[in-house]
Parts: sequence; C-alpha cells; structure tokens
Amino acid sequence: MWQWLYKLGSPKWFYTIGNRVLPWLWGVTGLLLVVGIIWGLGFSPPDYQMGDNYRIIYLHVPAAGLMKGSFYMMALCSAALLIWKIKMADIVAKAVAPIGAMATLLMLVSGSLWGIPTWGTWWIWDARLTSSLLQFFIFVGIIALRSAIESRDSAAKACAVLTLVGLVNIPIIEYSVEWWNTLHQGASDLSLRDSSANPPEIWIPAFFTGFGFIGLFFIGLILRSQNEILLRERRSQWVKDLLLTDNAKADTESGINTNA
Amino acid sequence: MLAHRQQKLAIVLFIIFGSALAIGLVLFALKEGINVFYTPTEISAGEVGQGQSFRVGGMVKMGSLVKEGLEGAEVNFLATDFCNDVLVSYTGPLPDLFREGQGVVADGSLDNAGTFKATQILAKHDENYMSAEVKASLDAAESASIEVCHQ
Repeated sequence: MWQWLYKLGSPKWFYTIGNRVLPWLWGVTGLLLVVGIIWGLGFSPPDYQMGDNYRIIYLHVPAAGLMKGSFYMMALCSAALLIWKIKMADIVAKAVAPIGAMATLLMLVSGSLWGIPTWGTWWIWDARLTSSLLQFFIFVGIIALRSAIESRDSAAKACAVLTLVGLVNIPIIEYSVEWWNTLHQGASDLSLRDSSANPPEIWIPAFFTGFGFIGLFFIGLILRSQNEILLRERRSQWVKDLLLTDNAKADTESGINTNA
Repeated sequence: MLAHRQQKLAIVLFIIFGSALAIGLVLFALKEGINVFYTPTEISAGEVGQGQSFRVGGMVKMGSLVKEGLEGAEVNFLATDFCNDVLVSYTGPLPDLFREGQGVVADGSLDNAGTFKATQILAKHDENYMSAEVKASLDAAESASIEVCHQ
C-alpha cells in the first residue's frame, strides 16, 4: 500500500498508471451517469408536494459531495506538499481546484433553480447558502493566488497554506443547518435504515449520479494532472521519448493516409 | 519521521487548528446574528424589539390559516414552534408549498398589537421526500406525528 502510494508520487508512474486506468474509468462513469440520469429523470416517482422539481437533487447532492471531496483532496495534497515536499501532491492540488470550483457553482445554481419554486426565492443569506458561496470564493481564490505568484514553489506553498485555512469552512457548511436556523433543510437521510423517511426509489438514482460524479472527478483529476506533468517534466528524458514515439506514430498514420 | 518533517507536520496542524479556533470563536460570538430567523418562542421571550425588521420561522399552525380579500391575497395565520405562536399577517404572492402544517419563514416586523406584518413569505422544505402514491396511502391511514418541543 505504502509502496504503491510512493510510486504514485512519481510523476512518470502517475502518468502511466493514469493512462491504464482512464479507459475503465470512462466506461464505468458513463454507465453510472446514464443509469442514474435515466432512472432519476424518467422512472423515480414525483414528490407529493414538489412534483418533478425535486429531481434537481440528482445533480445538487452529488455536486455538493464533489465540492466537499475536492476540497478534502486538495487539503490532503497540501499537507503532503508542506510536510514531505511531494511534487505530485502540488500537481494534483492544482488539477483539482477548478473541478471543485465547477462543482460548487453547479451546486449553487441547481440549488437556486430549486429554491425559486420551492422556497419562493432563489437566494437567502442563511448560514448554509452563505458558507457555500464562500467556499466557491475559496476555490476561486486558490486558483487566482496560484496564477498571481510567478515562482512555482512559492505559489505551491502559498496555495497549500490557503487550502488548509479554507478547510475550516467545510465542517461549517456541513453543520450550518444544525448549528443555526436556516432556510435550507438539513441533510436528507438517504439510507436503507428503517428510520429513514426517504424511500429507496427516490434516492437510489442519486447514488448512481453520485458515483458517476466521483468518476468524473477522477477522470478530470487524472487528465489535468497528466497535462501538468508533461508541462513540468518537458525537459526530462522520458517525456521527450514519449512525445517522439507519439509523433512517430502520428507520422506513420498520416503517411498511410496520404498513400491511400 | 525525521525531525524537520515533524516540525512541518506541527506547522500544518497549527494552521488547521489555529484557523479553526479563530473562526470558531467568531462564529460563536455571532451566533444569534447568523440565525436567518427567530422562533416564536424567542419572539415571545422579547428578544426582538418592536418595529425591528427580522424574520420569523416556524410551522403554519393547523387550522389557523385564514384567507381574505380578492382571491385570498390577504392571509393571516399562526406561525408556531409547538411551544409558542406568532400571528402573521401578509398580503401578496405565496410560494407553491405554502399551506397549513408546512414550514414557513416570513420577513417583516412586529406591530404595536404584537402581530407580525410580513413583507415576504418563504416556504421551508424539510429533508424528506415522498412519492405522491405513498403520501396518498399515508393520508388514508391518517398517521399522527409527534412533534418535539424545543426549549
């Protein structure tokens, strides 16, 4: 386990393993999303008071999970960078930030669209909504901070510190609905427990889209990290070899095309 | 772990717990201000002054909703937290979910008589979803729910 993690810390290894994992990830993710969306939008029963409006949870809840997961991932990478100076940790942290920002935006927009018919307003400055908006600004702030500092190492360190400070906001978002009076409802009990008021035919599609979103997250993480690896390691021999063989392949393919 | 790694780990932990403590203290100090609404119990305890603009949150008490005026544009109802009630008076458009037994958040202020004059009504949805079919069969069974009184 440790050795495997250690190997992932090497950009070259990460790049190769990423290539091997990606096709499977695409397949599983596509399947989960197709099943989840068709089931959720087409087959789960309408809610007794919201009708079809509630179906926004199939996007909203997974997006919220992705926001949280992205930030935990960034915080882990930031700690790994500050303590062990692992190069890959910074690459992954950089790769994940825009994914988290997009998930947060999707969560805010989908929630607002649901709020218009349900609450009667698209926005209220309650603790849940305000802390979620703050989280979006934290993601954007980290991205902006990175591009504002020219030295890569200083940028990496500054972003890592900002990420660890921003980590405080995640439990605040999570427990805001319990600590304070909010318009936003508490977390839905989506489980098979008898105490759960939510029937499985409503929440099971959310699990499919949820795991689909996790798949999308890792696809984005791998692709963006690979891109960053090639950029940072462009002077190393293995990247040169890789690009040369890719070019050679492309040349022979186009050569065949011109012959035909 | 090497000594300087341990030192780095300590710094990381200091950043996390330091900022958590600082923000925790701020939020604790702002506790009341962060609440988006007051409960009827807090209002009857005199926590809000007359004429002050604020929000009240609770349930629309069963049997208390009175609609008046053209097409019932004027509504009067009791907002309750099952301990205390506040009479709310409002004229204007209502969200689809607004009805008796439903969570409600009203924006406005108290008048001299202690009636809450609302300028906006929002519906609060709980964390539970139910299919129309299940709701119909539940209604048929007329299951009674037990509400817990806070405070």
